[in-house]
Amino acid sequence: MNSVGEACTELKREYDQCFNRWFAEKFLKGESAGDPCVQLFKRYQLCVQKAIKEKDIPIEGLEFMGPSKGKAENSS
Amino acid sequence: GPGAGPGRGRRSLGRWPGPGRAPISDAPPRPRSKHVLTEDIVHREVTPDQKLLSRRLLTKTNRMPRWAERFFPANVAHSVYILEDSIVDPQNQTMTTFTWNINHARLMVVEERCVYCVNPENSGWTEVQREAWISSSLFGISRAVQEFGLARFKSNVTKSTKGFEYALARIQGEAPSKTLVETAKQATEKAKETALAATEKAKDLASKAATKKQQYM
Repeated sequence: MNSVGEACTELKREYDQCFNRWFAEKFLKGESAGDPCVQLFKRYQLCVQKAIKEKDIPIEGLEFMGPSKGKAENSS
Repeated sequence: GPGAGPGRGRRSLGRWPGPGRAPISDAPPRPRSKHVLTEDIVHREVTPDQKLLSRRLLTKTNRMPRWAERFFPANVAHSVYILEDSIVDPQNQTMTTFTWNINHARLMVVEERCVYCVNPENSGWTEVQREAWISSSLFGISRAVQEFGLARFKSNVTKSTKGFEYALARIQGEAPSKTLVETAKQATEKAKETALAATEKAKDLASKAATKKQQYM
């Protein structure tokens, strides 16, 4: 899958690989201490956030899970 | 704004990748649609209580039906941008995602919340609970069109009624020898062509005019 920033796809893949390994082998097993992907994430983010700004994609100022907060929880 | 929803559905998926299991290679689940053009993580953090928060930006092709392209030409050229916020809680073995489009919002907003958890009846299975909301300012426009149309109709009925009252007054003025019953009959036939309200008004006026004529005599 490509990045929205054409130049960022390779950086994205490197980060994704690192993350997927950490996620499955550490995080899901309850060992989340120490994130080995920090540097890769920083490089990837520098690239992709720049592309997002250039393309005027309106992701600024949106609260995490924001729109869902107005929705009542499903009662089952 | 006004909209439809939530639509709800529940179904079982594959296995939750618990400890010791071979992990699914894409976790959290990724869209496999051929309409997804790009996918990026734009935020990620692990909270103090060991939950993973992620925000994903997706771009998808904008597939509008042909009739919609005519009505919303400005939207045609633009891909759809979608955000997916997710919380993975490995201790409770749950994952919640909330997805919504951040452009084309004036046209329609589709929001979806999914909760993935271990099926209580069969702990090997992941259960997904999905809710979706669809809202559109178009629902508001449809309502406005309806109300405008009704207001216009009422105004036209009032105009026809006033026009009719004027015609009746002129008929009575020009031909005083005509009986009121004949006059009312003519008026009623005219009013049949307009709304029912106008007909009722004619009857009402005819009886009032009869009272007045008696007073003159």
